[in-house]
Amino acid sequence: MSRAHRPLLPRPSLRFIPVWRRNLRVWRKMMMPSLLGNFGEPVLYLLAFGYGFGRLVGELDGMSYMVFIASGIICSSAMFTASFEGMYSAYTRMAEQNTWLAMLGTPLTLDDIVFAEAVWAASKGLISAAAILVVASALGLVTDVRALLALPVVFLAAFTFGSLALVITAVARSYDFFLYYFTLAVTPMLLLSGVFFPLQEMPEWVQRLAFALPLAHVVEIVRPLMTGRWPTGVGLHLTVIVSYGAVALILATTLIHRRLIR
Amino acid sequence: MSPEPVTTVPAASVASRVSGTLGIEDRPALAVDIRGLRKVYDVTAAVDGIDLAIPAGEFFGLLGPNGAGKTTTLRMLLGLTPIDAGSVRVLGMSIPEQEREIRKHLGVVPQFDTLDPDFTVEENLLTYASYFGLSGPVLAQRIEDLLELANLETRRRSRINTLSGGMKRRLTLARALINQPELVILDEPTTGLDPQARHHLWRQLRRLRDRGVTLVLTTHYMEEAEELCDRIAIIDAGRIIACDSPRALIAAHVEPWVISLSARSARRFIADPSALPARMLEIADSWLIYTADPAAVRAELDAAGLPHATRAANLEDVFLRLTGHDLRE
Repeated sequence: MSRAHRPLLPRPSLRFIPVWRRNLRVWRKMMMPSLLGNFGEPVLYLLAFGYGFGRLVGELDGMSYMVFIASGIICSSAMFTASFEGMYSAYTRMAEQNTWLAMLGTPLTLDDIVFAEAVWAASKGLISAAAILVVASALGLVTDVRALLALPVVFLAAFTFGSLALVITAVARSYDFFLYYFTLAVTPMLLLSGVFFPLQEMPEWVQRLAFALPLAHVVEIVRPLMTGRWPTGVGLHLTVIVSYGAVALILATTLIHRRLIR
Repeated sequence: MSPEPVTTVPAASVASRVSGTLGIEDRPALAVDIRGLRKVYDVTAAVDGIDLAIPAGEFFGLLGPNGAGKTTTLRMLLGLTPIDAGSVRVLGMSIPEQEREIRKHLGVVPQFDTLDPDFTVEENLLTYASYFGLSGPVLAQRIEDLLELANLETRRRSRINTLSGGMKRRLTLARALINQPELVILDEPTTGLDPQARHHLWRQLRRLRDRGVTLVLTTHYMEEAEELCDRIAIIDAGRIIACDSPRALIAAHVEPWVISLSARSARRFIADPSALPARMLEIADSWLIYTADPAAVRAELDAAGLPHATRAANLEDVFLRLTGHDLRE
């Protein structure tokens, strides 16, 4: 009866904010190691790939390899951070700590909770992207102010990746389950979306596959913005990103509802 | 997204909110009104046609063996389990339509620990309060009061994993009271606690009586049910098989006295049980003799030289009589 009453579209209320703030409060307790990771990792990547590899590669698409890769990993890092948050951390709150169950004793609904988790995953993705932007600017790889416009795009993308991760969490029976998603979805996207090398080098069918997935579209918008150019086809790219996010959020909410309300 | 006003104003009383729909003459208002409730998993009915009317201010207990349907019934009260048939009204509002509104006035103590391990005692209360939209000096004072009630003032900055089982339960109850609920729902609140911790929690719960709070709890402990509840429903296989005050249940279902003796003594004694004005029952390695005339039975036992003990019948006797003696798991 109650399941039949449930509308397809989630209807989160502004009560999602306290849930988001709860996660922020936990994060602040572990802020130092977390930020160290956010700043440390891109520095390592930029130095290792940029110097090590960049010497061999020289210029790509009219920019130094360092700049190329900096504008790529800002996207992949947001994807990884949001995916981790939407899987390992959200699963812990759902299945291990019963945090969501406790919340369901209050006026919060699962619509609020799942939406808050997606926004939180997006926030973590944004933090990691901002850290990379700071590092890249400090290294002189980013000079144009348009780079700041990449941040809202990254936030939106991280919301999508967080929502996708929550779909996996909804059906996961243990932490090991997440390896399937990383191996079958996240890693292929990382390698095939123009993060480390231009997509144009790949066979036609690979390119088509890449653009069927969201990460390539994120890179297409973010890379020009990071390098002082205006991206093209923004409408199409954003549509793909938003569509993935919307469908994933609906699916995640429905599946989590089915899992917990029984 | 529907922006929803977040309120810090204390809830209006049940009576005033309900009287609008029911009228004054219908008092006392029902805190819980369940009719024809059913829940079927696969083909088994976990809840098989339950009717329950709990007036505001009552302390009500759901008693039953494992798997009887107690927790499922509570979950349906909270909107955590979809209702297959029947209706559930809580504080005059109906589930699932007004679920969110209902939960603003509800306190929940779940069966398993759901405290936030990343937070201290105080942060747990603060965070949980934020889900109700509570903040500011009113909340700060409320947290002080609850820390005192739970006897946790000195542990306010302790991490959850440093607390004992009893402390965690007390904190969970304090957390459930943060919104000054009109109805508190507790699923096996003292399971796993030692006797001291159990008595402490009972004392906390009794203090809620003065505030007019309605209490619905499930328990395995007959003593707990007798100690706390005005009325008890004994539930088995998804149905309520008896519902009344503990005293009335005892009077209605069992003889007033119970004499126990060991199985070895019993075998010598019951050569002819029909001769006795009593009902006999074997439990594990002892026998219980239920009787309205203990003097006569005792005289027989004394004459046979068998050691025995007499006590007044209690809720456990009722429970065993009604739900049988077979192991449930």
